[in-house]
Amino acid sequence: MLKHVPMMLWMAWTSLKRDKVVLMLTFALPIAFFSIFVGIFGSQVTGGGGMSKIKVALVNLDASPNAQRFVDALKKEGGLRIITTVGTDQPHTLSREDAENMVKDGDAGVGLVIPEGFGKDFPNFAFGGDGGDGGAKAVEILADKQRDPVAPQVVAGLMQKAAMMGAPDLMMENGLGQFEKYAGALTPEQRAAIDQWLPQLREEVRENAAATQPTTQSSTASGSDAGSAFEGLVKVNVVNVQQDHKSDWEAFVSFQVAQTAVMFLLFSMAGAAGSLLDEQENGTLERILSSNLGMGGLLMGKWFVIAAIGIVQLAVMFLWAWKPFGLPLFTAHHLGGWAIMSIATAAAGAGFGMVLATACRSRGQLGGVSTIVILIMSAVGGSMFPRFMMSEGLKKAGLATFNAWALDGYQKVFYDNLPLWNLWPQVSVLLGLTIAFMLMARLLARRWEAM
Amino acid sequence: MAMETVLSVADARKRFAANTALDGAAMSLRKGEWLALLGPNGAGKTTLIRAVAGRVILDGGTIDLLGQTISNGQASGAAAVEARRNLGIVPQDLALYPLLTAAENMMAFGALHGVPKAELKDRVRWALEWTGLNDRAKSLCKTFSGGMKRRLNIACGILHRPKVVLLDEPTVGVDPQSRERIWAMLAQLRDEGASLLLTTHQLDEAQQICDRITIIDRGKTIADGTIDQLVAKTLGKGRRVTVSFEPPLPAGAAVPAGMTLNDDRRSVTGSIQDVANELPALLARLSTAGAKVEDVHLERPTLHAVFIALTGRELRE
Repeated sequence: MLKHVPMMLWMAWTSLKRDKVVLMLTFALPIAFFSIFVGIFGSQVTGGGGMSKIKVALVNLDASPNAQRFVDALKKEGGLRIITTVGTDQPHTLSREDAENMVKDGDAGVGLVIPEGFGKDFPNFAFGGDGGDGGAKAVEILADKQRDPVAPQVVAGLMQKAAMMGAPDLMMENGLGQFEKYAGALTPEQRAAIDQWLPQLREEVRENAAATQPTTQSSTASGSDAGSAFEGLVKVNVVNVQQDHKSDWEAFVSFQVAQTAVMFLLFSMAGAAGSLLDEQENGTLERILSSNLGMGGLLMGKWFVIAAIGIVQLAVMFLWAWKPFGLPLFTAHHLGGWAIMSIATAAAGAGFGMVLATACRSRGQLGGVSTIVILIMSAVGGSMFPRFMMSEGLKKAGLATFNAWALDGYQKVFYDNLPLWNLWPQVSVLLGLTIAFMLMARLLARRWEAM
Repeated sequence: MAMETVLSVADARKRFAANTALDGAAMSLRKGEWLALLGPNGAGKTTLIRAVAGRVILDGGTIDLLGQTISNGQASGAAAVEARRNLGIVPQDLALYPLLTAAENMMAFGALHGVPKAELKDRVRWALEWTGLNDRAKSLCKTFSGGMKRRLNIACGILHRPKVVLLDEPTVGVDPQSRERIWAMLAQLRDEGASLLLTTHQLDEAQQICDRITIIDRGKTIADGTIDQLVAKTLGKGRRVTVSFEPPLPAGAAVPAGMTLNDDRRSVTGSIQDVANELPALLARLSTAGAKVEDVHLERPTLHAVFIALTGRELRE
């Protein structure tokens, strides 16, 4: 019964190795996806140890040396990338407003505001957690908790660690102060011994700081971030900068619908553009090109039809997100933004489909190639995982994909609620891509022209 | 009076990489004429038709359509595009949209070929009648039989009333009944004034139906004329003769010169040029050899014989 298996194996392998697309789907695509997944989730597992750092817009309003030491300790944290200035030509020190805007725009994971007077009681050994006992002033963490609920917690934890590692001498001084406050004064001998040891401790801190780059653990945060101050070495107050106060559910739906819609738009656009290959195979393309319709007219006609299908598909997706899932679609702002983004996205998506169809030699090849390209673009471009979860490198790579620009645009409309003129970078890129795609498709379609 | 030439190809040359597809091919089609373009596979027929259709740009030579030069080795200009509006092309492939109905396919191709919107419905109605597909006007094309698809394929190429129609194998793969029907459709077109150029592998039908035959081989035109002219040029006035007799010729008996004894030794076949003089002599020689002649079959040379004589190959080789 099994005697024909070797022959069948040989036949299958010979066919497989000659079909480059299937070979790619079988081996290269899983490898590519594995690499992308590791790139995205690896940074979560390692807490940013080398793969992804949380970008922190830091505003230090306290000129005291202690505050500066805290800032220096934060800068040494491997999991954080501290930004203190803004602007490229004439950089200036970040203000609270700058930091808030950076968080709102997604340019920074969180903002940190160190208040004036922070250094006076740093580190904080006040007990009770009510934040109002006259202890250390709280550092504000400016966060967009719906976009990235994890970052503020991680940063809060890392701040505790930075305080511990960067200022043990201050901890001892303040700790003993608290001890004396509640347990009585130290004896002169005890005080003299401590005074003698403290300079030594400071020297050790300096030496350790120079010799070691601390590896980061994900979080030592105590308490919860439930919008209120929590006690620790550094008091923290998490402030949600998302002014819209949309529900977590709406935020989730607005992300999900755009991510899913854009990825499936690409699949359907590639599929629809594949009609060119069907026509090539059954001879209708030859027939059409022998009629009054030239290649330019044919491609433009196809593009227009496919883009229209894309707009309808996006409409269906967003309507579905509206009715059963509660996406706030029917406001002038959202509807207008949806129309602008959907027209630009469908136009570019149709152009992308035309490129794939004109580049491929058969429907089967198109199926394989489009699956590979679209899945990778969707993974890198944010259609499978939010881009804020990705490392800076992947985020930048994402900008080379169609998905990232489309998703950023929809996000500005439905999540950030930005005025529609803010869509100009996304719309410009998508329309530019449309033109580039169509020129490319026109060039590739030359193989079908009279020769 | 010489008939008006509606399509002429002179010295057509085309190479695809190392392969010479056309090597000086020439042909002409006259008004109202039905011309068969024959040649073995790979002879250059389809390239020639595609060049006329504007889908192949010749390396050299000219193509004139209705008095307008539509190809002279360069890409077609606007005048050529205009002239080609009078051209109808029926490809060998069933170039139809399977998910459109018969009427919808006709509407689509009619519109693409420039049939004015106001006339389109009437033309489709006419074409449905012409093809006998009235009953199936609203059926999806993919549900059609091969013969029905062939008819629809032809209709989609002529909705715009072209003066010259190019048909590439219009009856390939259809049963004899459907073929009859297709020839009848084409005859109607010719009666209405269209000139038809067709390629076919059905030599018997080409011989019966076409006014003239052009044979090309290896990119060159090797013969052109009516069937009588081709026979006269290639096989002369000769006739193929088969004489059957009893009893079988004994082994060692002399076979008349120019004749071949068939396997059963009961008949000989050969070619004679002068029937009146050579046939009685042949019968006399057989009689002398002991054969009692039972039947004599004289055959006029067929297009098939002409084709083999000219190309040395069968049509499908």
